[in-house]
Amino acid sequence: MIRIHDLIRRYSSDAEIGPVSIDLPAGGIVALIGPNGAGKSTLLTMMGRLLTPDGGTVEIDGLDVHRAPSKQVARIVSILRQENHFVTRLTVRQLVGFGRYPYSGGRLTQLDEDKISEAIDFLGLADLEQRFIDELSGGQRQRAYVAMVLAQDTEFVLLDEPLNNLDMKHAVQMMKHLRRAAEELGRTIVIVLHDINFAGHYADRICAMKGGAVVEFGTPAEIMTDEVLTRVFDTPVRVAEGPSGPLAVYY
Amino acid sequence: MSADTFHRAPARHSGALADPAHRLRYRLVLIALIAAALLLTVLLLCWDNPYAPFSERWLRISRMRISGIVVIAVVTFCQAFATVAFQTATNNRIITPSIMGFESLYVLIQTAIVFFFGAAAGVTGLDPFARFLLQSALMVVFAVLLYSWLLSGRFGNLHVMLLIGIILGTGMGALSTFLQQMLEPNEFDVLAARLFGSITNANTDFLWFVIPVCAVAGGAIWVLSRRLNLLSLGREISTNLGLNHKRQVMLMLTLVAVLMAMSTSLFGPMTFLGFLVATLAYVIADTYDHRLLLPMAWLLGYVALGMAYFLLKHVFTLVSAVTIIVELIGGLVFLLVILRKGRL
Repeated sequence: MIRIHDLIRRYSSDAEIGPVSIDLPAGGIVALIGPNGAGKSTLLTMMGRLLTPDGGTVEIDGLDVHRAPSKQVARIVSILRQENHFVTRLTVRQLVGFGRYPYSGGRLTQLDEDKISEAIDFLGLADLEQRFIDELSGGQRQRAYVAMVLAQDTEFVLLDEPLNNLDMKHAVQMMKHLRRAAEELGRTIVIVLHDINFAGHYADRICAMKGGAVVEFGTPAEIMTDEVLTRVFDTPVRVAEGPSGPLAVYY
Repeated sequence: MSADTFHRAPARHSGALADPAHRLRYRLVLIALIAAALLLTVLLLCWDNPYAPFSERWLRISRMRISGIVVIAVVTFCQAFATVAFQTATNNRIITPSIMGFESLYVLIQTAIVFFFGAAAGVTGLDPFARFLLQSALMVVFAVLLYSWLLSGRFGNLHVMLLIGIILGTGMGALSTFLQQMLEPNEFDVLAARLFGSITNANTDFLWFVIPVCAVAGGAIWVLSRRLNLLSLGREISTNLGLNHKRQVMLMLTLVAVLMAMSTSLFGPMTFLGFLVATLAYVIADTYDHRLLLPMAWLLGYVALGMAYFLLKHVFTLVSAVTIIVELIGGLVFLLVILRKGRL
């Protein structure tokens, strides 16, 4: 379980995130939604201890992520930002291999190699594992990064807009992979999403943010209503019954 | 996870070098470089030495040459290790400690000490070794303070950092020149002799101290090279994987500052040598693994500087131009890399 207590981050006197207090239960996919500037990514990066809050705590499985040893935290929660840029050239397998660092310290054992292979196969990258990251398409690259955090073997996986820059096909493919990771591997996945309909269809719970605060938290059925979405996004939204569940229409 | 894992061929392994072609290239280049380094060492010792090897007279002549070879080895070691570690810690492959003005800082500190305390030993109670220690310690402290602030991410992008670094370097250089102008001529002489080192005129008095310090700092970088591998993925990914990013960057900057202080104290500033060897090492090795990058960079440096020294000493008899030639080549490579990439 992720327990967020009075978490706050100030940018200036009139722009701040929080205080946010919420408990996210373990299991399934939790989607963070909300308009631009609502603080979704900020909240996620604070949960993943990439950003230090100005106050409050985040406890994951009883571990205070900002105070516990980083190496210990790296075994229960992993986080992936949307922009990943680095100077070295890496193959897919080398990148995924880095996901084992919290266990291997850089010296890969046979167990690590097996976990790496599993993560690569899970995301359907077996044929590409010797290719360099910079030779891949956007969708393949995104899958390679997700394979890295899956190889990290953490119960909690935090993803910051993993569907960004993906076309329809690859976005759906990615969500199906994540769904499987939640169901087959028992991971808890917290994900920032821009498309409310993706959240409505694939998430088990939706956490809606607005103006730096959590305004709604519930199942898709509870959140996918005209009244809630119109209020959260500040624009008229109508929810219609689509062929595979409710669809938010906002244009 | 999935059942078909058990039916897969067992030969799936992660290596630091991507494929057999990369492995072959790395091995060949490494062997060629080791051979070239050995050959150069023998040539530097024996060329124009008319006596039988290892005879008493031969040793007498060689002794001076050995000190030159040791200086080349130490300086290239410092520059190679410091540059690669610095570029990894700052997650870029353009700026180097030298370009950011580490050495200008050293020159400024040295000038300021002569300016404020005088050059003569004894008068101020500073014997040469204490002075050397003080200079090096000050440089390490200031460098760590200055560059950890500059690289803290406050300035975010590389362009701003490069600009500030160059301005700082030039500014400190100008300040040094200003102080030097106001020195007594004899004090300036003493200072100039210390600042403008060369292979034949290196400040070898404290070599007994410099070598172990370099070995410890370089050894620490070697031991921490797996963390360097992780640092090269940037702040966010390395934090995610359990590294205390800020602490590691500070540690690396401190080691880099120590190596740069030692190199500059021996030899004076070398702006582009580090960039040259690091860039070539990245291209040849094409790997993230610092256990493979670091020795490659050092060997490249040794061969480049040794060859320039040998050619200019024995073939063209222009020995004072060694650093100029190496800097010229390094500077050209720097320009080429920037022009080819078209960005920083």
